Amino acid sequence: MAKHRGRGVASINYPIGMNLGGDPSQALVHSNPDGKFTVALSSIDLGQGMKSVTRQIAAETLGVPVADVYVDTADSDTGPHCMGSFASRGTHRVGNAVIAAAKEARGVMLEAAAEELEVNAEDLETDGKGNIHVRGAPQRSISVADVAIAAQFRQGKTISGRGIFLIPLSDVDPETGEMTPVSCYAHACLVADVEVDDETGEVTVLEMNSAYELGRALNPKLVEQQLVGGAWMGMSHALYETTEPHYPSRENGAVDFNEYLMPGPGDIARHNIAVLERPAPDGPFGGKGPGEMCANPVLPAVANAVFDAIGVRINDLPISPERILRALKTRDGISH
Amino acid sequence: MLEFRKEIFADERDDNLNEIGQPTQRQDMLGHVTGRTRFFDDHAFEGLLHLKVVRSPHHHARIRGIDTSAAERIAGVRRIIRAADVPHNLNTLLSLIGFGRDDEPALAEDTVRYVGEPIVAIVADSEATAYEAVNAVRVDYEVLPHVLDVEEALAPGAPQVNPAYPGNAFEYHDLYNHQKLRFGDVEKGFAQADYVLDERYQMSPIEHAPTETNGSIAAPETNDRFVVHTSTQALFFSLGTSAKLLDLPSNRLHFIGGTVGGGFGGKVDTLTEPLSILGAMLTGAPVRYVLNREEEMQAGPPRGAERWYVKDGVMNDGRIVARQLRGYFDAGAYTRLSSYAVHKCTAHIPGPYTIPNVSSDVFCVFTHRTPATAMRGFGVTGVDFALECQMDKLARAIGMDAIEFRILNAYRDGDMKAHRREAKNCALIECCQVAAEKANWPIRDEFKQMSSMTGGGGERAIMPVNAPARYDAPQPAAAQPPLQPAVAPSAPPPQPAPAAQPAPPPAQPAPPPQPAQTDQKRTYRFSSVVGTRRR
Repeated sequence: MAKHRGRGVASINYPIGMNLGGDPSQALVHSNPDGKFTVALSSIDLGQGMKSVTRQIAAETLGVPVADVYVDTADSDTGPHCMGSFASRGTHRVGNAVIAAAKEARGVMLEAAAEELEVNAEDLETDGKGNIHVRGAPQRSISVADVAIAAQFRQGKTISGRGIFLIPLSDVDPETGEMTPVSCYAHACLVADVEVDDETGEVTVLEMNSAYELGRALNPKLVEQQLVGGAWMGMSHALYETTEPHYPSRENGAVDFNEYLMPGPGDIARHNIAVLERPAPDGPFGGKGPGEMCANPVLPAVANAVFDAIGVRINDLPISPERILRALKTRDGISH
Repeated sequence: MLEFRKEIFADERDDNLNEIGQPTQRQDMLGHVTGRTRFFDDHAFEGLLHLKVVRSPHHHARIRGIDTSAAERIAGVRRIIRAADVPHNLNTLLSLIGFGRDDEPALAEDTVRYVGEPIVAIVADSEATAYEAVNAVRVDYEVLPHVLDVEEALAPGAPQVNPAYPGNAFEYHDLYNHQKLRFGDVEKGFAQADYVLDERYQMSPIEHAPTETNGSIAAPETNDRFVVHTSTQALFFSLGTSAKLLDLPSNRLHFIGGTVGGGFGGKVDTLTEPLSILGAMLTGAPVRYVLNREEEMQAGPPRGAERWYVKDGVMNDGRIVARQLRGYFDAGAYTRLSSYAVHKCTAHIPGPYTIPNVSSDVFCVFTHRTPATAMRGFGVTGVDFALECQMDKLARAIGMDAIEFRILNAYRDGDMKAHRREAKNCALIECCQVAAEKANWPIRDEFKQMSSMTGGGGERAIMPVNAPARYDAPQPAAAQPPLQPAVAPSAPPPQPAPAAQPAPPPAQPAPPPQPAQTDQKRTYRFSSVVGTRRR
């Protein structure tokens, strides 16, 4: 009776957005007379930070501080159509729609500023701090607030924009599976170190080391919460969770969190993460979407580490103590 | 602990941006941490009623009769809703994008097909009264044979689960009970391989386990409209589904959401909104329908089970020369989104590796269990588990390091993928290198030098000319109606800019895959889109 250490690895990629397309989202952007912007969406913030990432994308595109942008979502009377927040599509699809809308609004804003400054709009640039000035001549400047007031009350212009991003529907060939599923992929590789108790069948994840490539990290803190939380979820899926412990039988299904087990704070492993950023050519500022893929490498990495520790393969999830003990019994103990 | 490796792919990025890349605090953070953020269930209404449903205790049964007389006599019961009260009581979620046949009622009509299927809804003054009335409803069942295993469900003589799909499997292109992937010639690959490994993998259903369970509150608004506060992950998806089931013009529904207490894929199915709205329509009062935790875990959709058979052929030098998969997604009793997972999964096979011969048959199977739905990693998590366990076994079998084995087989820019599109913007090799470095996992220098940006393409980009014998059936989608305007292309899609790629030198460490040749050389245009379109 002893504890055995093992190490396993897995590498994966993940498609960004709803496969096969037919996958649109829209955005509307408008300014109030003080030069503060509202982005109207019907996308959902599930806790992943949809509102925050689209707010940063809008601010970057408009050329104004993030504090001057507010994201309003989701009200079907005011927010334009979005397929929804799933399939790692939020950042990529909605982000691109927001860029399109913000570009249109920025174009009107620069035209209005050009009229006030009596210059060509093409010669203007934003400083990201709430001002617009002539390129190379920062003293010829006007604030976004003054431009918005002028647009509304003197020029009669709407500083607003519409945006849509659509990946069109792709055919799938019935014979070969030929298709154009998505436009970009995120990547990951993860090494898990585990300890397996051959008396109780319990697996403890000791440490994870990983590298995730997810296009540009638009907000590093939101990326971190996804990767940390996703790895926890992967660990939980690998070792703990199921609603049907004797699948395909439906007997003994969990009905609450006393029966449906998940790792608690004491079970969380140290996780050292490296983020790589290879921008997606069609992503918003190169962003892909870290949301879903981050859990996937943990499951096989843990399974492989369990084999490395005790020399038995568990091909069924979750890798419960019962499955480990039964496998050890079949194999008549540990072998290496 | 998180670090950014900015030096990798640095020449593909302009890092000189103002707001992008900043760790900006969320605009809703203060509301969340002070408990002031309003979720769907934080909307108080005068005279709010509560809805609960009677659920099937059987996997499969015919409903001979429903006696609600005792429930009706309970003080505080305002309305009992039966299947006949639902204006258009048959739907499939993906009908919004024209994919699949209507196969699921909001309330069961004459047959229940899983334990937990809703049959009758009770609207009452309080949740306690609604539960009391639910317990007072008497349903007379004739229990029927059931099937819970995916392969048993496909066997001859299995009990039929879903009348829309008599063969117990979703029908692809009106032709097959599975989706095929064929690239090269796997049999030739296996014949050539030094080592062949054939394994079975099984993933059990799991729960999304959001903090906030599925729910909604619907209330009459002015102008004969209904406002709906909802936990949905897909506002217009849920609005469209509700409008269809209730036979209402979409502009009579005003959906409000956007702030949700965790979803993970479990809040796309529009489980509660149609009945909340119907309750409000029939009573004229605001109605709240929220799943309790037991319902969320057993009657609400899980991530479905998957079963995989994976057969690989590998050479002693580490090259994988053939990969063949057969996979079964357990959809449960109704399609929901599982049909789509099959396509997503097929496009994902054989994982992030360049393999010259690949074949798969993936099934969406109906069984008498709670319908499955999307969950984080949908369509990919289960097959990735199978493939990456398989990779570990293969590496050990030929005595190669597990990370070097992955780097050797990793796809690179310019390679041809099994779904017959060129690989671009790849980064698997770099992830393997950095993870090895962080874990102090030694790999040889030549593997540290490899790159996703070089060594791909060339012979690795050759499209196999073979296609299996082509069926002679008429193109099924040709006469199908077009998509709904809501999702029809209304603007030209942005085209991805071509990635800057250095000219790929010939692959040295990863010898070129052998493109398979057969005597079948037929080019054709396919017009079958993603399956059966039905309006």
